Amino acid sequence: MQHKNIREFERPVEEIEKKIEELRFSREMTPDTAREIRRLEEKRDRLIKDIYSSLTPWQITLVARHPARPYTLDYIGLVFDEFEELHGDRLYRDDPAIVGGLARIEGRKVVVIGHQKGRNTKERFYRNYGMPHPEGYRKAKRLMELAQRFSRPIITFIDTPGAAPDIEAEERGQAVAIAENLLYMAGLGVPVVSAVIGEGGSGGALAIGVANRVLMLEYSIYSVISPEGCAAILWKDGSKAELAAAQLRMGARELEKLGIVDRVVEEPPGGAHRNYELAAKSLKKALLESLEELSALTPDEIREARYRKFRRMGVSTEGD
Amino acid sequence: MIWFKKDIFSRGKEKTVRVPQGLWVKCNHCNEIIYRKEVERNSEVCPKCNYHFRISARRRIEITLDEGSFVEHDGNISPVDALGFRDMKRYTERIGAAQQKAGLKDAIVCGEGTIEDRRLLLGVFEFSFMGGSMGSVVGEKIARLFERAMEERVPVVIFASSGGARMQEGILSLVQMAKTSAAIERIRRKAIPYISVLTDPTTGGVTASFATLADVIIAEPRALIGFAGPRVIEETIRQKLPEGFQRAEYLLEHGMIDMIVERKKMRHTLAKLIELLTD
Repeated sequence: MQHKNIREFERPVEEIEKKIEELRFSREMTPDTAREIRRLEEKRDRLIKDIYSSLTPWQITLVARHPARPYTLDYIGLVFDEFEELHGDRLYRDDPAIVGGLARIEGRKVVVIGHQKGRNTKERFYRNYGMPHPEGYRKAKRLMELAQRFSRPIITFIDTPGAAPDIEAEERGQAVAIAENLLYMAGLGVPVVSAVIGEGGSGGALAIGVANRVLMLEYSIYSVISPEGCAAILWKDGSKAELAAAQLRMGARELEKLGIVDRVVEEPPGGAHRNYELAAKSLKKALLESLEELSALTPDEIREARYRKFRRMGVSTEGD
Repeated sequence: MIWFKKDIFSRGKEKTVRVPQGLWVKCNHCNEIIYRKEVERNSEVCPKCNYHFRISARRRIEITLDEGSFVEHDGNISPVDALGFRDMKRYTERIGAAQQKAGLKDAIVCGEGTIEDRRLLLGVFEFSFMGGSMGSVVGEKIARLFERAMEERVPVVIFASSGGARMQEGILSLVQMAKTSAAIERIRRKAIPYISVLTDPTTGGVTASFATLADVIIAEPRALIGFAGPRVIEETIRQKLPEGFQRAEYLLEHGMIDMIVERKKMRHTLAKLIELLTD
């Protein structure tokens, strides 16, 4: 993949890649050149492995927000055999920050819903940076109702900085839209599998994340507030985001330890943005296995298991 | 007289001023100086302009329930610093300071009592405890409140007042939104009345979960209610917000709440609603 958006810590990798490219295109391919390219490629792979084996929480945040990272529609294209997008909340408008529809995965008919970010300036604006308005959550709920009626498992992809914080969102009931989804998902009699594929930003993420199984890509984040927002409030200084990122425990491995995430999905070396196909393959495997695990349960068992799962979450102590 | 001079500093932080312990209090809204006893007798409402002062959970229970009827539940559940969170202070220090100040273990008081002799389960937020923020303890107590309501078939009333999820508990606070909403999903299947009273201020994860999932949603006059806080919105859109935005009256107009009820009439309204919803 030739994505040019390289983060600071990835720069050494980029430099080697540049050299490899130069060798490939500027010289005749002699055995010596070929050997040199192989040597550089190995060096690059080692370097990637090195960098990615010890990412700081802040670096993980940057990877999770990487502009070249695969988004919901990329995964839908690679994971599902078929997808028919459905639009609109039947109340106000179609919110492009959430996409969804009917799909088939390895022959299994499902409903899929996800946050959608934009790739270029124009598209980012159109998708509102993946920040849904109430109509987005209501569209999601409508699709979940459809899944319930036709007994289809639901797969959701979580990737949002958060629900849109603006006047229109408040006016149309952002809080109620999110709350209604939390409640509705809790009562679903069909299996729900959610995957955090990039940013899991607060209530806006959870609003499609009350699932029986929560999967999380290795370099994704899931948090109650963005590190910038947290820093602005608790440190009174938005530039302390790096500190906040470390305190919030937003990474997949840590959330697995806290019992919030059921399974961490490994990404290709150097992150999902380096190899969409491999990332999708890994995600697809996890999705299929999760669906399989849930397939034997009755609707009541599915509901009850989901309730128990969320009921247990939290840490407190009782006694004097 | 210094009292009557307009205090330039109080304007910016007017919403955080609490009723001081003096003989006189200044109304946060009309700036009148009022005899404290008069405010107390008036259910902590300004007799001049009807401004509803922010009040503690204890005081709320006092003016809402039948005298002496309150019995606390789950009063000994305490927060834990599960993440080892530290910003400018340690979370454990913040908990200690808040507990001392509020005389409570966390930001909600739950229990049961009667209103006009009708039994109900009650949850009341304490805003002075870390901004009434919802962490694991608040989520746990609310879940238990609804589970008890299911078992005993008793109506639930919650007075919310919260800045949202408690950041110091990270994701553990976020998932309390799902936990509390799931508990309501169950009670909805049983037709047990749940009434939510939104008081100043109710924002963030609390508004976006159990607080707006009630059978009837009431707000106190002029209460600030929203998903995103006004400051966040202003920073996002880089504009001043219109007057009255996110106030109870605005929410009523936009169809988000059922009614605005003055504090003096709250008791009777709750009793009437519960009566109408109960067979």
